Amino acid sequence: MTADPKSLYQEVILDHNRKPRNYGSLEHPSHQAEGLNPLCGDHIHVALELAGDTVAAIAFRGESCAICKASASMMTVAVKGRTQSDARTLAREFVDMATGRLAAGDAAHIGRLAVFSGISELPMRVKCAILPWHTLQAAFDAVATTSTEADADPMDAPIGDA
Amino acid sequence: MTRISRPAALDVERVRADFPILGLTVAGKPLVYLDNAASSQMPQPVIDRLVRYRTTQHANIHRAVHHLSETATSEYEAARKKLQRFINAREAREVIFTSGTTDGINLVAQGWGRRFVGAGDEIVLTVLEHHSNIVPWQMLAEERGATIRVVPIDDAGELLTDAYEALFSDRTRIVALGHVSNALGSINPVRRMVAFAHSRGVPVLVDGAQAAPHLAVDVQELDCDFYAFSGHKMCGPTGIGVLYGRAALLEAMQPFKGGGDMIHTVTFEKTTYAPIPHKFEAGTPPIAAAIGLGAAVDYLSALGMPAIAAHEHALLRDATERLQELPGVRILGTARDKAAVLSFVLEGIHPHDVGTLLNEEGVAVRTGHHCAQPLMNRLGVAATSRASFAFYNTLAEVDALVAGIRAVQKVFG
Repeated sequence: MTADPKSLYQEVILDHNRKPRNYGSLEHPSHQAEGLNPLCGDHIHVALELAGDTVAAIAFRGESCAICKASASMMTVAVKGRTQSDARTLAREFVDMATGRLAAGDAAHIGRLAVFSGISELPMRVKCAILPWHTLQAAFDAVATTSTEADADPMDAPIGDA
Repeated sequence: MTRISRPAALDVERVRADFPILGLTVAGKPLVYLDNAASSQMPQPVIDRLVRYRTTQHANIHRAVHHLSETATSEYEAARKKLQRFINAREAREVIFTSGTTDGINLVAQGWGRRFVGAGDEIVLTVLEHHSNIVPWQMLAEERGATIRVVPIDDAGELLTDAYEALFSDRTRIVALGHVSNALGSINPVRRMVAFAHSRGVPVLVDGAQAAPHLAVDVQELDCDFYAFSGHKMCGPTGIGVLYGRAALLEAMQPFKGGGDMIHTVTFEKTTYAPIPHKFEAGTPPIAAAIGLGAAVDYLSALGMPAIAAHEHALLRDATERLQELPGVRILGTARDKAAVLSFVLEGIHPHDVGTLLNEEGVAVRTGHHCAQPLMNRLGVAATSRASFAFYNTLAEVDALVAGIRAVQKVFG
């Protein structure tokens, strides 16, 4: 039984694709990173400003498919105002859900991001959804650029794992 | 007035009956397979040939004197002769079985290039090339200290032949160019480009991966020095391909891989190599795949390459007209001479989303950079969607593509 991919392209994802939230740049980011998916050429830039341990501001820009852009947009909404540690927990849950390791119902913090649960049925598209989260993690870790391939492949090395 | 003989029309419904996979449904809809430039499907006679080989003819070749080995050897060499005829090579020994186009190009880059390309020399490529006709030359250039020169295109996707000729210098050692662009479908003026290169004493390798399945290829008429293509894009199996090479050039080349079957005599002091083509076929080759490819060219030849090209051209013309009428659709690649490849972008919709949603309509297209990133940069896009047709596609499938594109646009509002 495979999920209907059309269910993925539902209104909330299409809306975030059309009107991405927190799209653009920050003037004084404390952390930023560039994420690349070399297989499709998509790239996304995530910048954030930590006030103490809290994500006070976050922005993204780049060129990508609707899944990636909506994931990035919803990510910025979800992590703004959270502590770095909470944001990392959410990133780990998101990746586990997208890769099918965690059912959306078992993800304690996932909330509205559950709309991406169907992506685990589309192996070729999982990386699209994960890229923003992977890039967020790289920004926290002060890694300038990251990639969905090779050593950095989040499918092999899930982000957030200690 | 010259009388143009029209090829016998293709009976597409009869042809389709030969391809069991075309009867599949995907997402509850009839499969519309438009990813033939990536890999084509296999007709029953080729499948049957593979089964017959495996069930009654298999042994290793060129070795034992027993019955099966002799049968396998003669069938393998018969396949080589079929391929020779298919591309009109002068001799069967000019046909080397490889694992595919990539393997053939690497063979020339290493076997010919390492002997004849040195520091300061120049290799001419085009911006249309697939990565497999770029990277092997870059590896060679890096190793030898040579330079890559690139032939540009115009906005339609046609090579600028004046610029090509201007790229030549007394350091130009080889030209490597595609016959048909995998991403745009442009058919390049290979014969003229070869003639110019030869006037400068420069040999030419042609990447024929996208041409051999769709055009009547005649290597003597093209007068090229090397011609590489793949079996799985022309109704044959994966893991098999052909490198045609002019005998004198092949003989002057280094072997690429060492091993069994490519030697004449071996001692620890000195090894002498087998004559061509065996010099380049070290180890046990994919025997079944080669024989399967022989059956595939029998199949294509029986339909007739002119009839195949005419049918595909009709599909391309119809699809191009229909897509041009759709709002929000932009076609990339409008060369005057084109094979049945249609690259397009939908305004405001990423090709990956297009691909996923078209699949929901049963329509298989390729989305991405098509292993041609330099070309994508030249066109100013990161990716495109590509519908590529084969002779077994129908006008009704063009309708399905058009309806699919409308459905994608509807989802995105």
